[in-house]
Amino acid sequence: MKSDTPNILILGIGNVLWADEGFGVRVIEEIAARYHFGPNVRLLDGGTQGIYLVDHIRWADVLVVFDAVDYGLPAGALKLVEGDEVPKFMGAKKMSLHQTGFQEVLAMADLLGDYPESLLLVGVQPVELEDFGGSLRPAVKTQIEPAIRAARGFLDRFGVQWLPVRDDVERRVRDVPHPSLSMAVYESGRPSTEAACRIGDARVLAARGRG
Amino acid sequence: MSVQTPNGFELDTSGQRIVVDPVTRIEGHMRCEVNLDENNVIRNAVSTGTMWRGLEVILRGRDPRDAWAFTERICGVCTGTHALTSVRAVEDALGIQIPENANSIRNIMQLTLQAHDHLVHFYHLHALDWVDVVSALKADPKATSELAQSISDWPLSSPGYFRDVQNRIKRFVESGQLGPFMNGYWGNPAYKLPPEANLMAVTHYLEALDFQKEIVKIHTIYGGKNPHPNWLVGGVPCAINVHETGAVGAVNMERLNLVSSIIDRTIEFIDKVYIPDLMAIASFYKDWTYGGGLSSQSVMSYGDIPDRANDSSAANQMLPRGAIINGNLAEVHDVDLRDPEQIQEFVAHSWFTYADESKGLHPWDGVTEPNFVLGPNTKGTRTRIEAIDEGAKYSWIKAPRWRGHAMEVGPLARWVIGYAQGNPEFKEPVEKVLTDLQLPVSALFSTLGRTAARGLEGSWAAHKMRYFQDKLMANIKAGDSNTANIEKWDPKTWPKEAKGVGTTEAPRGALGHWIVIKAGKIDNYQAVVPTTWNGSPRDPAGNIGAFEAALLNTPVAKADEPLEILRTLHSFDPCLACSTHVMSPDGEEMARVKVR
Repeated sequence: MKSDTPNILILGIGNVLWADEGFGVRVIEEIAARYHFGPNVRLLDGGTQGIYLVDHIRWADVLVVFDAVDYGLPAGALKLVEGDEVPKFMGAKKMSLHQTGFQEVLAMADLLGDYPESLLLVGVQPVELEDFGGSLRPAVKTQIEPAIRAARGFLDRFGVQWLPVRDDVERRVRDVPHPSLSMAVYESGRPSTEAACRIGDARVLAARGRG
Repeated sequence: MSVQTPNGFELDTSGQRIVVDPVTRIEGHMRCEVNLDENNVIRNAVSTGTMWRGLEVILRGRDPRDAWAFTERICGVCTGTHALTSVRAVEDALGIQIPENANSIRNIMQLTLQAHDHLVHFYHLHALDWVDVVSALKADPKATSELAQSISDWPLSSPGYFRDVQNRIKRFVESGQLGPFMNGYWGNPAYKLPPEANLMAVTHYLEALDFQKEIVKIHTIYGGKNPHPNWLVGGVPCAINVHETGAVGAVNMERLNLVSSIIDRTIEFIDKVYIPDLMAIASFYKDWTYGGGLSSQSVMSYGDIPDRANDSSAANQMLPRGAIINGNLAEVHDVDLRDPEQIQEFVAHSWFTYADESKGLHPWDGVTEPNFVLGPNTKGTRTRIEAIDEGAKYSWIKAPRWRGHAMEVGPLARWVIGYAQGNPEFKEPVEKVLTDLQLPVSALFSTLGRTAARGLEGSWAAHKMRYFQDKLMANIKAGDSNTANIEKWDPKTWPKEAKGVGTTEAPRGALGHWIVIKAGKIDNYQAVVPTTWNGSPRDPAGNIGAFEAALLNTPVAKADEPLEILRTLHSFDPCLACSTHVMSPDGEEMARVKVR
């Protein structure tokens, strides 16, 4: 460790506008609503940011990433990957814009000589990505709790205290989505299927038919 | 067979077809196909956005005051620019005036993005089209040091420093973990830099990567957080209290001073590292004059960076507003985003449908209805296209036109317009670059000209950050700490129906959001983004867009390593995340270059 109290980054990545792509960010939103942490722990909604995240990664001794990842598992399955396997997995089967970006972000942190000492990727196999404006599918949403438990199990090794939020002052709202994008508000404001096109094109539909 | 387009380009589809899919080191997904003649010169170019965009439909029915938060999520790069454009559209619709401090802070935020984006684009998305990383490993650190010291007084320039960096990169490459250096065409004959210039540029790639984090701290201070800073209809969401102390709450003196020091360091880094590198690299590519495309004939800018708040006149915009057509630099036309005859989007070659596709629609009347069909000359299948049929629909990007003209937007467009208007802030730096490199004005209209204009604009933006920070400080000292006008925050104060338009000059070009508000909710929302202009497919008349035009007549050294294609496409800083949306469920499978 760079110091006795390691810097811990709990990061969610993905696009909340793309159905299950929003998994990572929604996990961060849920954690922020219920817990607060000591000064060595950062919670971050990374969205689909690339290079902006390099500095956060460099700061971290311990990195936990939540994301939707295609492992070729049944939809909704949760999978944990640690250490050197993390960047390999994130590039194995690129599904969305931010993943190549994030793999590069890790490599850039490495190139600058500040790679995290411990990494955990908590990934969920998405059910649906081709639904712009959609939210998490039930099978993915129910994995938010298990994903948080998995991260807690991992972070126990580093002595992370999960303190319940008692009032708004304690909430680290800084790094979570704007309230208009919070899951409940986002879902309730959704236009009807007729108003919002929710199909992908033939290539996507064909791939879905195969899977 | 050869065809003449109405905008003056000759297309010949008889030669071999090359497919680059996806084009990497850009935001979002893009595919490009070209035909090469027997001398490996590009004679036809087809640019396809492979993702479709549906932002407009998900905003319908939402609160206009929240639209910025959604638009900020479209893209991983221009978050703040979309948010600013969105709040401006809402303010325009509702007639909301913003305080002077809010205007200054918004300009600093936007200029911060410009400076950051241009720097990151140059080093991390574009430099490797000109700089050979593998060659850098062979450089003599002493020669590199001499080169660096001959072009700049930037202190990190000793032989030992360059040797350390070289060893670091060697270790990285030898570990097999190429990371950002993966997929490069290292050793391609189109690379012209000597090893020491390559090492200098790769070293600054790392320095820029380290430095860029400083610049975006400004977004954290004025926007409350980064990524995804906060914005507010009516002003900015940060309060100013110069008497407060501590790190939370209002923006205080300590944080204003931090912004000021970041601005100084940004100016220094750009003027002492970025600009000298740009000039040094350009000096080895002076005979690579390709990639001009539309830039010498049709360019457009909406203007941005208003000097004073609430004055939308062209004269008040520090980045110029106007349109040049038919290559006539003597006349800069005004651009009116409300006029239904000026900006129109066509879909004859886009995977959307209109009732009458021979006509374009103004964004306030815009329709976004997908229609994925392939033309009869498509090769391959619907799920695995080998060659697209550009005679039919072939892109998820619409074709916007200004009075029927395909236009280039972006830094080069802005600088050509500023130059044509004789504005010394633009004309003098352009003339200096041309004089220093001993190049004629015509050299400006090229891939390198685009890359140079972006660098000049990065420096311009950094210096303008200083101007607005000083203006903000002076206003605060005079007793005005107002940052928001919330008189019309309550929807009860709004008219039943209103429409507005908001614009910015995003790093990659002219960006407009058009909004229609009914009964307090969004009724229609259309965004025409820079890459929609530059990456547009053909229109019903057959005019080609900026990407396609820029690729024509470029010789390609090795057909299976289309470095020259990437060079020109990257010079536009394409961002397809906001112009389109993810389509391919399996990007790996599509990452290929095919010579056909």
